Amino acid sequence: MTTVMDQPKTGLPVTPPGETAPSRTRRVVVDDGHPALLVEHVSKRFMVGRKRKPVVAINDVTMRIPRGEIYGVLGANGSGKSTLIRLVSTLLTLDSGRVEVFGHDIAREEMAVKRLINRVSVDAAFFKKLSPHENLTYAARLYGMDARQAKREAIRILARLGIGDKRLGRPLEQMSRGMQQKVAIARALLTAPTLLLMDEPTTGLDPRSKLDVQTFIEELRDTHDATIVLTTHDLDEADRLCDRIAIINDGRIVAEGTPEALKARVAEEYGQSPTLESVFMTFTGRSLDDDLNEDKENEDE
Amino acid sequence: MTLMARELRASYAFVERNFNLSKRYWGWEIAWLVYSVAGALAVSLIGKDQHNEKLLVVLVIGTIFWNYLSLVFEFIAETVQWERWEGTLEYTMMAPVRRYSQLLGSAFYAIAYGLVHTTFILAILWLFFQLDLSRANFGTAIVFMLLGSFSFVGLGMATAVLPLMYVERGAQMAFVLQSVLLLISGVYYSIDVLPGWMQVLSHISPATYVLDGVRKGLIDGSGVGPLVGDVWPLALMGVVLIPTGIWIFGIAERYAKRTGKLKRVG
Repeated sequence: MTTVMDQPKTGLPVTPPGETAPSRTRRVVVDDGHPALLVEHVSKRFMVGRKRKPVVAINDVTMRIPRGEIYGVLGANGSGKSTLIRLVSTLLTLDSGRVEVFGHDIAREEMAVKRLINRVSVDAAFFKKLSPHENLTYAARLYGMDARQAKREAIRILARLGIGDKRLGRPLEQMSRGMQQKVAIARALLTAPTLLLMDEPTTGLDPRSKLDVQTFIEELRDTHDATIVLTTHDLDEADRLCDRIAIINDGRIVAEGTPEALKARVAEEYGQSPTLESVFMTFTGRSLDDDLNEDKENEDE
Repeated sequence: MTLMARELRASYAFVERNFNLSKRYWGWEIAWLVYSVAGALAVSLIGKDQHNEKLLVVLVIGTIFWNYLSLVFEFIAETVQWERWEGTLEYTMMAPVRRYSQLLGSAFYAIAYGLVHTTFILAILWLFFQLDLSRANFGTAIVFMLLGSFSFVGLGMATAVLPLMYVERGAQMAFVLQSVLLLISGVYYSIDVLPGWMQVLSHISPATYVLDGVRKGLIDGSGVGPLVGDVWPLALMGVVLIPTGIWIFGIAERYAKRTGKLKRVG
């Protein structure tokens, strides 16, 4: 049994005199034998274009995420974040390596793994003509849940996210992007996943919706027995929510640690300011702004 | 919850979802029905024009029951394409549902939907042409429709993988199979007019046996018993094609997961 975090959930945070207090209280995370997610030496490549040129999307990635942790994956676009999430989601097969979810091997025990996980992707993927209620009932039945129980739970989750039950009967296409994303989060939580994969869940949301979602993730962390893998472009969000962060670049994990440890490391080893922006730039050689600008230029072309 | 109860619930998820989609796209359903009726009338009027009552009934049955088999086939064959278009394919594929539960749920709804659709068109054409169906054995027609459905469900499952393998044009490739079946199955004419090699092919099309059985049931009033020569090939094709369709779908799914083709949307 190992403890991972730096401060207990209960009790006062211990901050040495003269130091800034951590952004939030860290929790004790217990590893009871099987980690929530074990990724060992995983690689994945795709053949691209007419000449079938191999492109390595994930290159010998290893990570071990204990139960109850929020684990952030930061990386530029195309760095492999979403491929990693898809590999764990059983939507891609591994070229090499091993992935286990609570001790279940995703290749050999795919169905058991599927029952333990759920995913929120950057695009709220729904049957847009159907209402939230119809979409959520569909999802609940796929996961073997009772529809009435699912509806009660959906109303509770959506109410917490600021969506009233009057909205449940209208087609999703009439909802804003932010509202759709909240329904997507409700759908994922409805099945009570023990491993929740959130692939840029707040990208493209307005500040209010983003805050709602972030606050809800914090609430989940504090009240539910869920482990969350969160990919994001938002460094403040990662700092606020994540217990540990991995920086991924060209398919490789180039740095991993608590936000505080990573910030301290770039300050001590590289003489940079102790911010996640510095961490990101130091380990990837670029800023997220560069990445976003590059995307914009590509779109313009 | 037992495995069977879980899988039945999952299968029902697809039935309910498809019903809800039909309900929400009601405008499209009406448009499709009008299109189907217009098409059936346009073809059947050739028989009226020829003042040939038997030709008229042959064409009416051909259009209506080909419409049914096409509906069942398309519903299953477009399973992947539809979800890709909506953007839900990955979500459905990562759900803890066995593929046969998904496909059988879709198939059940397709058959039910097809039966309602076909009954409606049959009623309209019957009223339009004042057809004499006093000798018709509707029981035989229903038996052949259901038996034929199994084969078309199997073919649909095997064809549904095309959009997984060929993202841009996979769905259109399903039309090739559909048009070949239309050509060789005696939908609007007797298979006797086909060249010899095409007649051989017509015997491996389930539609040939369905249309033959339905015509004998509705025109001659024949029961199922005397039509055993049409029944057993259909039953055999159903038994072979459904597991084969599920097997092919499994292979294509693994291919899509290896190459990343589940991700593509649009």
